[in-house]
Amino acid sequence: MTSTLQPGPQGPGFPSRLRTWLGPLPFQQLLLFAGVLAIFALFGSNTADSMQRMGLTPGFGFLFHQANFEIGETVFPYAAGDTYARALAAGLANTVKVAMVGCVLATVLGVALGIARLSGNLLLATFVHAYVELLRNTPLLLQLFLWSAIIHALPPPRGAYAFLDSVYLSNRGVYVPSVSLHGLSWAIWLPAILLTAYASLSLARRLLTGAAFYMPKAAVTVLGSLIVCSFALTSFGLAATVDLPAKGGFNIKGGLSLTPEFFALLIGLVVNASASISEIVRSGIQSVKSGQWEAARALGLSPAQILRLVVLPQALRVITPLMISSFLDLTKNSSLAVAIGYPDIVSVANTTANTTGQALEAICIIAAVYLTLSLSVSALMNLYNRRVVLRGELRR
Amino acid sequence: MSHIELPPPTAPDWHRWRSGLFGGWGNSLITLAALGAFVWLLQPFLRWAIFDAVWTGTAGECAVDGAGACWAFIGAKLRFILFAFYPPDLQWRPALVVVVVIALLVLSALPRFWSFRLVPLWIAALVFSWLLMAGTLTPPQVSTNNWGGLPITLVVSIAGLAFAFPIALLLALARQSSMGIVRTLAIAFIETLRGVPMIAVLYVAMLIVPLALPSGAAIDKLLRAQIGVTLFFSAYLAEVIRAGLQVVPWGQREAALSLGLGYIQTIRLVVLPQALRAVIPAIVNLSIGIVLNTSLLAVIGIYDLLNAARTSATDPTWLGFYTEAYVFAAVVYFAICFTGSRYSIWLEKRLNDAARH
Repeated sequence: MTSTLQPGPQGPGFPSRLRTWLGPLPFQQLLLFAGVLAIFALFGSNTADSMQRMGLTPGFGFLFHQANFEIGETVFPYAAGDTYARALAAGLANTVKVAMVGCVLATVLGVALGIARLSGNLLLATFVHAYVELLRNTPLLLQLFLWSAIIHALPPPRGAYAFLDSVYLSNRGVYVPSVSLHGLSWAIWLPAILLTAYASLSLARRLLTGAAFYMPKAAVTVLGSLIVCSFALTSFGLAATVDLPAKGGFNIKGGLSLTPEFFALLIGLVVNASASISEIVRSGIQSVKSGQWEAARALGLSPAQILRLVVLPQALRVITPLMISSFLDLTKNSSLAVAIGYPDIVSVANTTANTTGQALEAICIIAAVYLTLSLSVSALMNLYNRRVVLRGELRR
Repeated sequence: MSHIELPPPTAPDWHRWRSGLFGGWGNSLITLAALGAFVWLLQPFLRWAIFDAVWTGTAGECAVDGAGACWAFIGAKLRFILFAFYPPDLQWRPALVVVVVIALLVLSALPRFWSFRLVPLWIAALVFSWLLMAGTLTPPQVSTNNWGGLPITLVVSIAGLAFAFPIALLLALARQSSMGIVRTLAIAFIETLRGVPMIAVLYVAMLIVPLALPSGAAIDKLLRAQIGVTLFFSAYLAEVIRAGLQVVPWGQREAALSLGLGYIQTIRLVVLPQALRAVIPAIVNLSIGIVLNTSLLAVIGIYDLLNAARTSATDPTWLGFYTEAYVFAAVVYFAICFTGSRYSIWLEKRLNDAARH
């Protein structure tokens, strides 16, 4: 940054750095680059010609034309007649929805299974092992088809399976209780949620950087915010009500209804990802050498303390990057939604390509969405690796 | 090694089982709870799959109230699931292809047969499979639109791996190259393909490639899908091979160069033998991934094993036995992939042992 002000030898200039970057055979390399560009140009001009012959104008102008198809379910309002841009945004929102819910549920299930595998109980470990092998050795698409077939074979709402009178499974969808907030309660809940999120993030950060683990402080923050909230809620008479679904005539009313397609995709992705996550958790915890356990025990730490202070901080260094890449896999796998009728971004882009003929543009949009996600996640991962893994290596 | 290695002492099996299942109160409780949950979950499945199942008969017998799985359906549609729309009287051809491919797979899996002679053998087998299926050798000819089932799954996976390998090797070397433009192009190719879902690559092969070809030229649909699968996995394989290249210390290259070996000789004689040996198990695991992911061909309308199974349940006489069809396909995929993953574990252990002695 301030190299010119410092005494001593000057750094290499730009031309010299360029030469180093280019390495040997610069002219042949430029030729290769020109060749690649030429191939792209050839394909591009062919594509433009073909599109012209079909009466299409290449470009993204079609995004602002009217889309005349319905979308089965959307996060925000959309109806046939809105623009293609809005339709694609609705598809993207659906992808984000299934990916976010899926990552949370897959983590919960996967961590539970990983712990079960390590529990020391032979039967439980064998079951989890069988579960993992079964899911890892069959195609995800087949699993999704099977879930979809199973859900469509459920009884109609009138004879829906009920669990604890609050969750209903039927071929028209799955109904779960929903929580709705009234009046000002958002104003009270929002800070609580933010505080809790902040506390858990700082917890995670302390864990990941391997610094001391201030459990009491974080716990006090979370508990305190919860107590303040519940006190505020009761004293102001503002409440959050739980809306339970109930059978009524031919349909199920109330609660939150999940469409069969969403539910099939969600359960398929969650179950599939939970298998890999359980393996990640297991291998991460096993990657901590047994000498560490023994040394901690010799120091007089309790098993819970050993796990919290010695094992987890080291295991999480292994687990976190793998976990993030398995979240990324889950998100990319959600593109299989197109095969079971859930309107995700790929599915909507596919419909767009079929109705407008702008296949190239539609695929560019799909690629742009997933590439943005993957590249930004891998940039974050590199940052993480530089900050955490390397520093860990140095410290050792 | 001069000294004799004794295996570490282990507790007898029954002892391990007893302490693993009933060592302590908590553990016993977990065992009983797990057993209970297992029985509770498995019982309806077993009732459906075995006790209430209809093993032989017609679709009418399967439609009876309270009937479980209709395995008679699998019996009736087995040939369709395995070979899809290939003409029934010519189905010995895909059957022969499957037998040849499996025989070669078994042969290649045994380390004692590892040699470069396997490469021409595989190329010959793939060419033979294509010619036999197409009917070039023995007319009548069969269009690739009618190919389907297990041979498609196997041949597309194996050809995908075979063609991806040289591409991946070049990409991995290019990514390590000191030439900036070559390195950047390799990184762009690898990261782009790894960043998008496979379905997007298949859409490009299906929808864009026909547009991008000069007018009049056309590539067969199956071939386009094959190219898509190959390019997609070459990016993943390149990363696997790169991991292998990183195992070989840089000093070995410098030593080879100082001995007067050229770049290609250094790579071929010094680096690759060590690098590839280190990643053989990872390559086997990737191959399992390829087999599993060829099922995505179903989305673009190619009749691989999964799509054939799904389509078999749309037969008017046997309508709607989707669950049975999927369970059967799952068993076939599981048999292939589980064998592969056990093999990979066995191989890894063997290679590690060989490296230690």
